Amino acid sequence: MRLAALLAATALCAPATADEIWISNEKDDTLSVIDIETLEVIRTIETGERPRGITFSKDYSVLYICASDSDSVQVMDPETGEILHDLPSGEDPEQFVLHPNDKHLYIANEDDAITTVVDTESRTVIAQIDVGIEPEGMAVSPDGKIAITTSETTNMAHWIDTETQELFANTLVDSRPRHAEFLKDGTELWVSSEIGGTITVFDVETQTEKAKIEFEVEGVHPDRVQPVGFELSNGDETAFVALGPSNHVAAVNAETYEVEDYILVGRRVWHMDFNADKSLLFTTNGVSGDVTVIDVAKREPIKTIKVGRFPWGAAFRPTN
Amino acid sequence: MFRLSFVLAGLALASGAAQAEVAISVTYLQQEVERPPVLSNLDPIPEDLGMAGAELGLADNLTTAKFLGHKYDLTVTTVPEGADWAQAARQALANSPFVILDAPVQAQLEVADLPEAAGAVLFNASAPDLSLREAECRANLLHTLPSDVMRTDALAQFLVKRRWDEIVLIAGEHPGDQAFAEALKRSLQKFRLELQAEKTWVFDADLRRNAAQEVPLFTQEFGDYDVLLIADELDDFGRYIPFNTWEPRPVAGSEGLQPVTWSRVVEQWGAVQMQNRFADQAGRAMRPKDYAAWAAYRALGEAVTRTQSDDPAVLRDYILSDDFELAGFKGRAMNFRAWNGQLRQPIPLVTDRAVVAMAPLEGFLHQRTELDTLGIDEAESQCQAFKE
Repeated sequence: MRLAALLAATALCAPATADEIWISNEKDDTLSVIDIETLEVIRTIETGERPRGITFSKDYSVLYICASDSDSVQVMDPETGEILHDLPSGEDPEQFVLHPNDKHLYIANEDDAITTVVDTESRTVIAQIDVGIEPEGMAVSPDGKIAITTSETTNMAHWIDTETQELFANTLVDSRPRHAEFLKDGTELWVSSEIGGTITVFDVETQTEKAKIEFEVEGVHPDRVQPVGFELSNGDETAFVALGPSNHVAAVNAETYEVEDYILVGRRVWHMDFNADKSLLFTTNGVSGDVTVIDVAKREPIKTIKVGRFPWGAAFRPTN
Repeated sequence: MFRLSFVLAGLALASGAAQAEVAISVTYLQQEVERPPVLSNLDPIPEDLGMAGAELGLADNLTTAKFLGHKYDLTVTTVPEGADWAQAARQALANSPFVILDAPVQAQLEVADLPEAAGAVLFNASAPDLSLREAECRANLLHTLPSDVMRTDALAQFLVKRRWDEIVLIAGEHPGDQAFAEALKRSLQKFRLELQAEKTWVFDADLRRNAAQEVPLFTQEFGDYDVLLIADELDDFGRYIPFNTWEPRPVAGSEGLQPVTWSRVVEQWGAVQMQNRFADQAGRAMRPKDYAAWAAYRALGEAVTRTQSDDPAVLRDYILSDDFELAGFKGRAMNFRAWNGQLRQPIPLVTDRAVVAMAPLEGFLHQRTELDTLGIDEAESQCQAFKE
C-alpha cells in the first residue's frame, strides 16, 4: 500500500522538468521562465538592457535575445542562464527572425532604419539592408527564400531576397505595421497594423493585397483596438491576434478571414506563443505586467501569471 | 529684406520604374517675434524651435519616398520683424503651395488671404489661438498645433477625474497668458467646474530673490482650495509658484501638471524612437512646436504616399477625409476635423519628469471619437470656411 503510493508519487513527478515558456521583460532587463505544468514562474534570469525579441535556435540549445539598449543580440545557454557571447547586431535591435537554415538571424534595427543579417556561427554581419523607419516586424518564408521587414513609420512591408540580401518589393500597409507571419506553406503573408487597426493579407507570389481583416471589440473604441503580435494554431486554421490596449486577443478564421471570438486578457497585450501541442496560448500583457494563459480549444483565459515589468516577447522551449 | 536660411534637398533614389514624378517642396516660413523679457533665463528658447521638427518630418518622409520614387525638400525662410512678410510669403507660394507657418495669428491670416494662397495647403504649427479655428478660420489653413482649449479641456478632464473642484487661478498679463486663462475658464465651464477665485500677476520684482516672501502672501487670500491653476504661457513667473503657496496645494496649467502637445517625457506608444531620432538630429529634446511642424510635414507625406499625387487639391481632400490617419506616437491614430481643419490628437498631462495621464481620459465619451471631447466640437463650431 505504502509502496504503491510512493510509486504513484514518483510517477507524477517523473518528467523532472516540464516544458517552458520564456518571457522577456522589457523594463526589468530579465527573462521569466514559466513552467507549463504548474503555470508558475520557476526562474528569473538577468539579461542585457531592454530585452524584447527572443527566439530559440532550432534545437533549443541557445536562446537569442534582442537586448535593445545594449545594442546587441545576446546568446544565452538556456540551461545555465549564462550569456555565452554577444552577436554583432547593429544598433537598437528590437525583433528578429531565425532563417530556416538555423544560421542567419534577420534583425530589425529600430533606430537605424536597417535590417541586419548576422551569421550566428561566424558571428559576423553578412549584410545590412536599408529599409523604412523603425523596422520591427520580421518574418522568413518556410522555404527560406524571402525575408520580410515591416517599418512602423514608413508603413511598408519590405520584401528581401535572401539569396542576394536585397529588396525586391516594398508594399504599403496601414499605419504602424508591427508583426508579420507567413501562412499556408508560405503562400500568404499577413502583416498587422497597430494604428490602422487591421491585418493585411498578401498573396506572396504576386506581393499583392488579397484581403484585409478588421476588428471590432464591443465596448472598446476602434482607436484602442490595435493589432500587434499574432500566432497561428495547428494547420494554420486560426490566427490569434493580440489587440494591444483593447486588452483582447482575437481568434480569426484564417480561411474566411472572419473574426470568430474575442478573448479578454491582461492590459496592452503584445506577443504570444503556444505550448507543444498548441492547446495553450501564453500572451504577454505589457501594462499589467503579466501573462495570460488561454485554453485554445475553449478560447477562454484560464490563468494569469505575474512576470516582470513590461513583458514583451514569448518563446516556447520543450525540455523532454 | 528677408533671408533664405538654407535649403535641404532630398533626392530620392527611385526604386522601380518612375511614373509621373511626384515631388513635394515645402517652405517653413517663420516670422521672427521678439520674446518679452522673463524673470529667469534658465531655459532659453532654441533657435531652431519648430523648424527642427519640420526637418525630422522631411527625413521621415524621405525614407518612405526612397521606396516609392517620390521627392521631398524643405526650404526654411525666416523673416525678421519689420521686413516684408507678405513678399516673403508670395515668394514661398510661387515656389510651392505647401507652407508650414510659424507666425502669430495676424501674420498667418495675411498669408492665407493672399490671392497666391488660393488653393494652397498651409499648416499652422505655432498659433494656439482659438480665433484661427473659429470665426477667423480659413479653408486653406490646417492646424497641427492643438488649440489652447484642447489643452485646457485635457486638464479639466483630469480635475474632474480627481474631483479637484475647488479651483483658483493666477494669470499673467501677456496676451498669450490671458488667452490661456480664457481657455481655462471655458474648459472649467464645459466640464462643470467652478473657478473660486482669480488673481492677476502684476509683480515686477525679481522673484529669484524673494519668491519665498511674495508668493505665500499673494496666495493667502485664496483661502482653501484643491488646485491652483497658472496661466503663464510666456514662462515668466510660474516657476516660482510651486512650494511657495500659502496652502500646500498642487499647481497645474502652465506650471506643475501641464497639458502639452508634446514633451520629452512621452515615451510610450513607440515615442522613444521618435524622441531618439529627433535628439540625434537636433541635439536637444523635442518640444511642442517641433512636434506640430513634424506632424504637418508628416501629414502631407502620408497623403502623398497614399494618393501618389502632389496636387494640392487632391492632397487637401485626402487629408480632410476619413481615410487619412497619422501615427503620431500618442497612442491613437490622428486625423483632421473636417469643420475647422484642426488635427485631432491626444494631449499628455505631464510634469517635468513623467507623463501623469493621457487625455482624453477614460470615461469621457463622445459619439464620434473620444478625441472630440478635447477642443471645439462640430455643433459649437463657428467656422464657416470649411463648409463650402
